[in-house]
Amino acid sequence: MSDIILETRGLTKHYGGVHALDDANFTLRAGEHVAVVGDNGAGKSTFVRQITAVEQRTAGKVFFDGQDVSFAGPLQAREAGIETVFQTLALADDLDVPSNLFLGRELYKLRLGPFSILDRKTMRERTLEALKTTAVKIPNVDNPIRNMSGGQRQCVSIARTAAFASKLVIMDEPTAALGVQETAQVENIIRGLKERGVPLILVSHNLRQVFDLVDRIVVFRRGRIVASLRRDETDGNDIVSYITGVKGSEGAAA
Amino acid sequence: MTEPTHGLGGLKYDPTKKARPQEFNVFIAFVIIVVVFELLGRLIIGESFLFNTREGTEGLFNTQRLSIIILQVATVGIIALGVTQVIITGGIDLSSGSIVGATAMVAMSFAQTALVNGNPNPKAIFGEWAMDLPVLLPILIGLCVGMLAGLINGALIAYTKIPPFIATLGMMVSARGFARWWSTGNPISFPTESYNAIGTGMRPVIVFIALAVLFHLIMTYTRYGKHSYAIGSNEQATRMSGINVDRHKVLVYVIAGMLASIAAIVVSSKGQTAQANMGVMYELDAIAMAVIGGISLQGGRGSIVGTVIGALIFGVIISGFTFLKLDAYYQEMVKGVIIISAVVLDQWRQKGRARS
Ligand SMILES: Nc1ncnc2c1ncn2[C@@H]1O[C@H](COP(=O)(O)OP(=O)(O)O)[C@@H](O)[C@H]1O
Ligand SMILES: [Mg+2]
Repeated sequence: MSDIILETRGLTKHYGGVHALDDANFTLRAGEHVAVVGDNGAGKSTFVRQITAVEQRTAGKVFFDGQDVSFAGPLQAREAGIETVFQTLALADDLDVPSNLFLGRELYKLRLGPFSILDRKTMRERTLEALKTTAVKIPNVDNPIRNMSGGQRQCVSIARTAAFASKLVIMDEPTAALGVQETAQVENIIRGLKERGVPLILVSHNLRQVFDLVDRIVVFRRGRIVASLRRDETDGNDIVSYITGVKGSEGAAA
Repeated sequence: MTEPTHGLGGLKYDPTKKARPQEFNVFIAFVIIVVVFELLGRLIIGESFLFNTREGTEGLFNTQRLSIIILQVATVGIIALGVTQVIITGGIDLSSGSIVGATAMVAMSFAQTALVNGNPNPKAIFGEWAMDLPVLLPILIGLCVGMLAGLINGALIAYTKIPPFIATLGMMVSARGFARWWSTGNPISFPTESYNAIGTGMRPVIVFIALAVLFHLIMTYTRYGKHSYAIGSNEQATRMSGINVDRHKVLVYVIAGMLASIAAIVVSSKGQTAQANMGVMYELDAIAMAVIGGISLQGGRGSIVGTVIGALIFGVIISGFTFLKLDAYYQEMVKGVIIISAVVLDQWRQKGRARS
């Protein structure tokens, strides 16, 4: 019981008449990596937004780290230890890589309230370390990220999440816009999290990736969780038939 | 002869060939504009703009003209330092000119001297008790006026989500009204010796340079600067990163108000009088300086150094027109053209970026 990191009971979100998420029962155990798959509009991002409190849920409960939580906003979720890579990038384009990595968690040489002096050297060094583990190609981290490719920016975003990961990492389609090499880099970061024992919820469309990386696959269909399968007891065809509704119209608990 | 080094992931790059900073381009523009006036001067009126061509006076440069330019620029330049910070966070401040008026009136009322040439001060606002106060008092009271106005601006923008343009437009009108109400429209004059001393000689320039250096350091090396750029760049992301964006915005407008007050103290001291219509249009001149200096009105980009060079360009153009003996009417029109050109240039840059 105590090894359950995250649990949702009857998690529901309606947008007016749209039942984007209905009665989602989901559990995530310590160190476990779970993939969330499903068609476009199946409610995957909605599910993520309820857990991270970007939106307030319509009904249901969320237990995190053994406690019944209802975060007031994404910030509280983050402070509680949930690091998220959202589907829309949350980076400041005019800042360089270290500033983005440390945004809101800056290191200081001298504390003077709002005029605290930044420790730019240490932040830069730590950034280089964090990025080395991702093997991302960034010629010069001192340039504003505005001019970087989508993949480089996504890697910055993910490196930021991985570097500060504490209790739970959530990634919403982290490789959707990436090339082959960049995707491989992101997958390496995910393997690193697995080695470190950091649990992960990975929203992805890429079944090859899902089967490569995770322990369990949860399928969403029309706002409901229709299947939760261990990787070794299922295969691609099986998952696809759940996604398309050939199988599992009766609903299942995850 | 430098070896190309390798960045993260083995991509080659030459660290000596850093992307040219925006400020460098602005500086080149400054040099070109000075050269143009020099040439026009020699062609049209047969005089040099920069150099000393008069018989019997020493020195290479026309120091008289140059010091007038810097002195003219200094006061509005102080305001532009605050406006720069506001625009970097993605806001705008239209109230600074009116804050100059309001501050000048209030500060001067506490800076008056009791006796003028042996007679009682004919412009006295308050009684004996407010006469010949130590100079620090009118300065502090003046700063409070600007900071209070900035606090109201910032609170309206951060907590009631009124767009900065509207909130500071309201303050622009109200602060001007306050300045008129304060002495029912009468000018306030005859300050103490020590208040008078603040704006004499090249002191306004020293104040401007000192503040420019201070805020350059703050914007470059402190959390305040970093978060200002972050908010202007992506407010939502900054908020999600746990930064108290609302409180930060309030602080930025308070600092902008304070800088407008410093400018007010300097001008009223220099002119030895305060009038309710002091600082009219200063806000637009200050915004123009920042825009010429390469700031982006979308926020996130620009710098104190850019604005200082922008202020110099502004000063050179204005005095250049006087030097060429062109009508003052042209100056006003040209100011407008400069502002619009600078904004159009910024938009071109943005488009160029979006394509790459
Ligand atoms: N803010 C919103 N308002 C109304 N409907 C929404 C909103 N966000 C999502 N939806 C709807 O909810 C459903 C699930 O969306 P989403 O969770 O983004 O799907 P997925 O991430 O699985 O592709 C979709 O039908 C979508 O149109
Ligand atoms: Mg989605």
